[in-house]
This record gives sequence, structure tokens and C-alpha cells, in this order.
Amino acid sequence: MPGFLPEELLADVIMRLIGDVRHVAVGNASPIPATAALALRERGGGKPYVSLLGSRRHMFFTDGGRELFDCAGQGRVDVFFLSGGEIDGAGNINLVSIGDYAQPNVRFPGSFGSGYLYYVVPKVILFRVEHSRRTLVPRVSFISAPGGNAENVHRPGGPVALVTNRCLFSFDRTAKRFRLDSVHPGHTVADVIENTGFDFDRPDEVPVTPAPSAETLALMREVVAPQLAEVYPQFAQRVFGLKVAAASSE
Amino acid sequence: MSAVPRDLDEALANIADGAMVVVPPDYGGVAMEATRALLRRGIARLHLVTLPASSLQADLLIGAGAVATIETSAVSLGEFGPAPRFTAAILGKTITMKDATCPALYASIQAAEKGVPFIPLRGLIGSDILKHRPDWRVIDNPFGNNDPIVLLPAIKPDFALFHAGMADRFGNVFIGRDRELMTMAHAAARTIATVEKLHDGNLLEDPFLSAGTVPGFYIETVAVAPRGAWPLPLLDHYPADGAHLAEYARLAATAEGFARYLDQHVHARKAA
Repeated sequence: MPGFLPEELLADVIMRLIGDVRHVAVGNASPIPATAALALRERGGGKPYVSLLGSRRHMFFTDGGRELFDCAGQGRVDVFFLSGGEIDGAGNINLVSIGDYAQPNVRFPGSFGSGYLYYVVPKVILFRVEHSRRTLVPRVSFISAPGGNAENVHRPGGPVALVTNRCLFSFDRTAKRFRLDSVHPGHTVADVIENTGFDFDRPDEVPVTPAPSAETLALMREVVAPQLAEVYPQFAQRVFGLKVAAASSE
Repeated sequence: MSAVPRDLDEALANIADGAMVVVPPDYGGVAMEATRALLRRGIARLHLVTLPASSLQADLLIGAGAVATIETSAVSLGEFGPAPRFTAAILGKTITMKDATCPALYASIQAAEKGVPFIPLRGLIGSDILKHRPDWRVIDNPFGNNDPIVLLPAIKPDFALFHAGMADRFGNVFIGRDRELMTMAHAAARTIATVEKLHDGNLLEDPFLSAGTVPGFYIETVAVAPRGAWPLPLLDHYPADGAHLAEYARLAATAEGFARYLDQHVHARKAA
């Protein structure tokens, strides 16, 4: 047994990807990125600023939901996280539907803030826990936001990496291609190739993703999990065994 | 100007079939008791605008057949999975969907707030969201050089509908940090708020509370609806009722289950 959960490994990978920045924002349905951002802030003694959507305690905005987008438009959000029902090899993400848009076979919730934040946030970290040919496809059915744009389009931001349950890819914005950076413990390069619907680059020797340290695991489990429970009670319960607050109590 | 507190049904009386109604996100003060009251009344053909996304409220309204058009960046039950009646309605083509992205909705509502016909927004170029929105345009930035930028028309809702912590007898409504409620109240022709309780005195006379208060000037009616966001959360007051939302997700997975939910939790609750 590795002694850590897949969610903890992915959060640890994301902590390294975030790096040394001033402001990390976390959007909807992103419990693993939220874990990473909050853990990093704990380790940094309050740095970086973390804006956790849907939270009262971990959100400094006082001008409503629009403040996140205004802030990002000015370049004051350094890192954001996006996922997709489908993600393709050019970094295009689909949060809308599969099949003809007018008569889809599958419908996802919608694009959320991706049609904007993917363009203006310098470091967008893509995460999709399910790594399969269903999710990582040759070409998305619907582009909620493209991986890149023509030269003349205002595009200070975009994807830097894609984290899945099997591996970590980095994204080359010039080549508009993913490169396999590391494979998580228990998975193989062959697994990754087999389960990826798009073509990607890789070095001759692909390293294994390092396991989270005992210090990081303790930080996530003891300090971050209770913070997370405010916005992600189900996740905090499932992953960290935290009791969900009784909803009927005032 | 008659913002004195009313009975809930009376407060909602002016929201007619076919109205364009703007509502806040899941965590931002959703008027769920008012939504159930509208459903009991048999409201129909709503043009629902979510600022910027929605969960149970949109799913419930759509499942009950009360929505003709929805303009949204997403409808989802969050940790409880996809919004089943929304998904079924899109796949069954029973509603008109205007897919957007969060800041496009904020910007379009802000345009209405300013009384201007359109507003520019970065992003969107090269996305299929833009491709499927014939009402959005791309122009070359007139102050730049070969710099394409999207223009969005203002969204001018007939009504804003939300739930907040408290209001006073002058119709001033305290929203605290949930400023999207201020934006929507400024943008909508009329605003209806439900609140947990009444505040004695005048919110605008308190230097601390006034900064987080929507002036009664923008509010058409206020009704007191204790736990009026249930089963969604009202931040600073109560969390989401996770057990109930899980039950909703389970029942709403089928049309029959959804009908049972409506009977039990919408229609039967009038007497409660």
C-alpha cells in the first residue's frame, strides 16, 4: 500500500505546479485543486492568496462574483484550474456537449468561466481525474475554450499542464502539444498511451511522479481537510473522513 | 415604491409567465421558498438568466416545465452530480439554451446596470460558445491595432429574485458581501427579495450595514421567508442540506421520481 490516496497524490502534484505565485483562484467543482491551494497557503504562512469560489472564509473578494473575472482580466490571478468532459491534444476543453450541439448525445453542465479565464490567467492547470479515451480525445466535440489562439488575439493565459489519475503532462504553448512529464506510482507509460486518445510527446525515460511527503500528507489531512469542508463537505468526508456538518442546525 | 414586507405569494404576484428573471448562484442567496411558491402558482415560459450559474433552482424550474429559455454558464448539482432535469431538457430539446461563460453574464448585466447597449469582453474568440451566440459580435478594437474583441448586448431582466439575511421596513435589503445581488438589483427593472428576518430600524442609517445594503429604491417587494434558501445554503446563516440534495439528485434522475419530489417538497409544503 502506498500510504496515500490518489487525490492526495494529485493535490501534491498540483502544489508543485502552482509554484511561487501571489494569487491562486479555485473555481467550481475543484476539490483537489482547492486542497493543493490551501495546503500551499498553509505551508507559505498565508502566501499565496487563495480565492476559493463558494467560500466565505477563504475568499477575500468583496465585490461579488464579478471581482474574480475583473481581477483575472487585469492579470491579478496567477493560477486557475479547469477540467473538461473532453480534453484534446491541442489543449481544447469541452464542458458543454458531445455530438451535434443542437442535438447532443451527452450534455455536460456548461462552460462556467472557462471561455474567459483560459485566456487571461497565465497558468491554467487542467485536471481530469478520469484518464481514458472517453475523456482525453483526438478532437473535442465542442470547444468551450481553445488551447491556443491566433497571434493577434489577446491571450496572456492558457494551459501549462494536465493532471490525471495516471500521469502529469506539461503543455507546450508554441507547439500546442502535451508532453508526458511523469507517470504516477502504479501506472506505466504503456497504460498512459493505451488510455489517451491524443498523440503526445515523451522523453525516452519517463520518471515516476514522486509520492507526497509525510509533512504534506499531514498538512492536507489535519489542517486543510477541515477548511475544505466548508465548500466541499462530501469530498472532505469521502477522502479525509471528515464528518459532514448537520445541515438542519442553525 | 411599496417595499414594505408582504406575504410571499403577494410579493411574487407581478412575476408573470414569460418574464425574464435573473437569479444568483447556488451559494449566493437563492430564493428557494419563492421558487417553490412560483411553481405552486404554475409559473410558465420563464426566461431564466443565472448570474452566473445555477443548481437546484434551475433544475427544479426546468423539470417542472416552467422555463422556456435559460441563459447560463452552467447548471449542475455540484458535489451531487449533474443536474438531471436540465440535462434531460437539453437532450429532449424542450428548452432553449443560451450557453454563456460566467464573466459574459456578469458583463451583460453590468451593461444594463450602466444603461449602455453593449459591453466588450476579452476571451471567447475561437470558442464554440461564441459560434453559437449569433447575438454576440466580434469587432476590431477601435483603440487598438488588429485586436479582435467580443461585444455582448446588455441583458435587461424584468425581475431579479434573491434571498438575503435581512431587510428593514423601508425595503432596504442587507446583502453583505454578496454583491452580485447588488448588480442584479441595479440591472433588473424590478427586484423581489425574500429575507430571513426583519431588521428594526433603517439599514441605511447604520454606517456599517449601509455599505452592504441594496437601497429600497431598487426593491419592489420584500417578503419574510425563514430558511428561504433551503435546501441550498445561505452563507453566514446555514449550510446546504446535503442529505436533502442527495435525495433530490436520486429522485430527479427519472421523470417519475422528479414528479414525486415535486409532490412531496413543492406542492405539499404549502400547508407546512
